[in-house]
Amino acid sequence: MRKTALDCVHELARQDERVVFVGSDLGPGVLAKMREEFPDRWFMEGVSEQHIVGMAAGLAMEGFIPYVNTIATFLTRRCYEQVAVDLCLHDLPVRLIANGGGGVYAPLGPTHLAIEDIAIMRALPNMTVVAPCDADEMRRLMHATLDWPHPIYIRLAKGGDPVVSESRDVFRLGMSIRLREGRDGLFITTGVMTQTALTAAALLQSDRIEVGVRHVHTIKPLDVERIIEDVATVPAVVTVEEGIVNGGLGSAVLDACSTHATHLLHRISRLGVPDAFPTQYGSQQTMLSHWGLTAEKLAERMRLARRKA
Amino acid sequence: MTALDERSRYLRRLIVDALRGGGRGHLGSSMSIVEVLRVLYDTTLLYRPSEPNWEDRDRFVLSKGHGCLALYAVLADKGFFPLEELLGFCRHDSRLGGHPERGKVPGIEASTGALGHGLPIAVGLALAMRMRRRTSRVFVMTGDGEINEGSNWEAAMSASKHKLSNLTLLVDYNKLQSYGPTREVLDLEPLADKWKTFGFAVAEVDGHDIHSLEEVLGGLPLDANRPTAIVCHTVKGKGFPFAEGNPDWHHKSGLTEADLAKMYDCLT
Repeated sequence: MRKTALDCVHELARQDERVVFVGSDLGPGVLAKMREEFPDRWFMEGVSEQHIVGMAAGLAMEGFIPYVNTIATFLTRRCYEQVAVDLCLHDLPVRLIANGGGGVYAPLGPTHLAIEDIAIMRALPNMTVVAPCDADEMRRLMHATLDWPHPIYIRLAKGGDPVVSESRDVFRLGMSIRLREGRDGLFITTGVMTQTALTAAALLQSDRIEVGVRHVHTIKPLDVERIIEDVATVPAVVTVEEGIVNGGLGSAVLDACSTHATHLLHRISRLGVPDAFPTQYGSQQTMLSHWGLTAEKLAERMRLARRKA
Repeated sequence: MTALDERSRYLRRLIVDALRGGGRGHLGSSMSIVEVLRVLYDTTLLYRPSEPNWEDRDRFVLSKGHGCLALYAVLADKGFFPLEELLGFCRHDSRLGGHPERGKVPGIEASTGALGHGLPIAVGLALAMRMRRRTSRVFVMTGDGEINEGSNWEAAMSASKHKLSNLTLLVDYNKLQSYGPTREVLDLEPLADKWKTFGFAVAEVDGHDIHSLEEVLGGLPLDANRPTAIVCHTVKGKGFPFAEGNPDWHHKSGLTEADLAKMYDCLT
């Protein structure tokens, strides 16, 4: 997914001379071909996230569209004020490409695990927050970023994830996608958890429970209308995200229902990372198991939610 | 001690008008930069008040946004917006807040107020000018306490790496930050050497001496391959003996008629 996102920056740079790449001391050879082709629009700055976000703002003020890339925790925590003031207050079209959303960097420990990134980015006015579910969708997303007039936070997952999105699904920022039908329950998901939810739905189908999946690639602005329409048709809804539950996708869905459909609130339960810094290492997969974010656990949670409904 | 001429006193009267309107403001931090801004806008910068977004203008970012009263006074004097608006400073529906905002006030390039943001933005602007092959120059003014923030030094290294000779940093070195003297809170010395070490061509100037300012700003860039830093030695609260060098006047609220009368008296 990361390679696709960066390759897309190069493609977009070919299409549009406003596109600029800014990295913060990334690995050797990143976007080497773009560097060769467009040396004036390729920047590898130092380990200085506060500066690169401000610099990207300056470039955007003059009509450029900077794509800024580094590890998610550094692109959110370290420079939060720059993101809030330089990008969001000015409402500039800067794109933050954040490597390693959720548990991707599990072996590296809590400094590298972006668990609250969606929550804190979502809190900022004018910010758009997206988490695609696979590399194909990433490609469609990247091409949709060119003319979006606001800052965008793009959360990357691990590379090599299976492709579950379909090319016939039109990708529009702010519009969610129904990936599976089912009247007995609904998973509302984002990022690669959509893949896990689809597997969970297949498990439930073997028990003759038909559960739908709505993939919310854009957490902000939220596709309120379609989400509420869906929630209204099923007895139980489980939101699933590879991020802290407080303030993330699940909270966004609850927020929307508390404003527009209070009577549906009781149908919704949230699954995600608990409100605690991780203390284990291992791999993304072991962290997901630890957090209860596996297909089996999702299915179990859905059964429980249906019993309570 | 540099004496203030009538134009400098006039610009300060505009600032006091705004302070009267708002009942509050960063007096000390504004009064230290009046002459630097005056020379920038009288002789150095290219701009069109009736066309504030004119493509070929020079860009000026006031990174020390809390000094905006001085910038508002100069911009109003130049016709970017009506002088009467100064009286609405900080009022609910005014465009002129306690920190300047891009898109709201004509002539303001960046919304500042959070410190340490202006220089990184200015690096981006200067790079953009070069990429667009424009001759526009970029100027940014920071406070002295402001450069406690590490982001300035990240940006300084980047400006130097990119050899941004179209970028000029002006440091308002009044040697007094919010709590007290910079040498006690967090000593910046040797300040000029710091900028040199970070790859800037450096000049030092009396930030209230019009002639010296005109001379140094007229000779930019100081080096064709490096960004410029000008350390402006200034006096916080300049023009008001009771406020000069007094941290109590960094920011004042609840200004009384007597306070204001005392200020106007200093400017006659």
